[in-house]
Amino acid sequence: MSANNSTLAHHFADLEQQHEVAVLGMWVFLATELMVFGALFTGYAVYRAEYPAEFAAGSRALNLWFGGINTVVLLSSSLTMALGVHGAQVGRRNVVVMCLALTALLGTAFLVIKGFEYHGDYVDGLVPGMAFNDQDWLEREPPSNPGKVKLFLLFYYTMTGLHGIHLIIGIVFMTGLTILAWRGRFTPQYYGPLEVGGLYWHFVDVVWLFLLPLLYLIGPR
Amino acid sequence: MSHMTQPGKYVLVFLALLALTAATVGLAYVDLGAWHSTMGLTIAATKSLLIALFFMHLLRSKSLIWMIPLSGLFWLGILLILTLTDYATRSWLTY
Repeated sequence: MSANNSTLAHHFADLEQQHEVAVLGMWVFLATELMVFGALFTGYAVYRAEYPAEFAAGSRALNLWFGGINTVVLLSSSLTMALGVHGAQVGRRNVVVMCLALTALLGTAFLVIKGFEYHGDYVDGLVPGMAFNDQDWLEREPPSNPGKVKLFLLFYYTMTGLHGIHLIIGIVFMTGLTILAWRGRFTPQYYGPLEVGGLYWHFVDVVWLFLLPLLYLIGPR
Repeated sequence: MSHMTQPGKYVLVFLALLALTAATVGLAYVDLGAWHSTMGLTIAATKSLLIALFFMHLLRSKSLIWMIPLSGLFWLGILLILTLTDYATRSWLTY
């Protein structure tokens, strides 16, 4: 397959411009995504300022082990993603395929671990509407307002849930890129989709990096 | 295309990220009083900066690219600052 003719779209002057435009476009999309998560973060900030004790109590109830391990998993996936893009830049197809596949795998591992965590949250009585005992929270020392704790938990599920949906989309994208890479689609002259997929993936990682302290580390343990 | 980052550099950044993660989790078990959030967010911001500069190649990108994340942060800033100052000053109202 001749690189230039099949990968250069007619409205670009050359491959380099095409690549730059793709990167620019993805960054603009990420800026809008920042606002999507930003809205949730703002809502969280308002209610945390209103109910600091209950937010801290709810935060302490979450499982930090799961949160910490998942953080390492996502950081590792960002490393493999960056190495995958580099592999394309030096024209090593096997490295690209392996790194992209690992990235998708690590992302999936995050979701699996998250699933176990949600199950643990259910067992611990931290699911408003499904498994939550108002009395438990009222009997604590000091007592917590159950409604306010539930509000914290709703923020927890919504924010990690939205993050999880973004991760699923990323994994699907990554799987597609792995298949394309395996077919030899990417060369040192054409690896835009990899770079762009990488930007999205790193953004999802950054969102999680903020979810960790905001949800799990409000107060001391 | 822009110059390449060497894989070794990516690994170094990753190790720094791991160290900062360990610090974040470790500090949760130390009583920092009111500073827990500030510490947590500062570490998160540092990690994000490392990811943005190195993994997302911002460090070797043109100013045009820089404008986009900076604008995004500016807009997020407007959202946070205007909303939070609104709520923070509600008690000043006399009606």
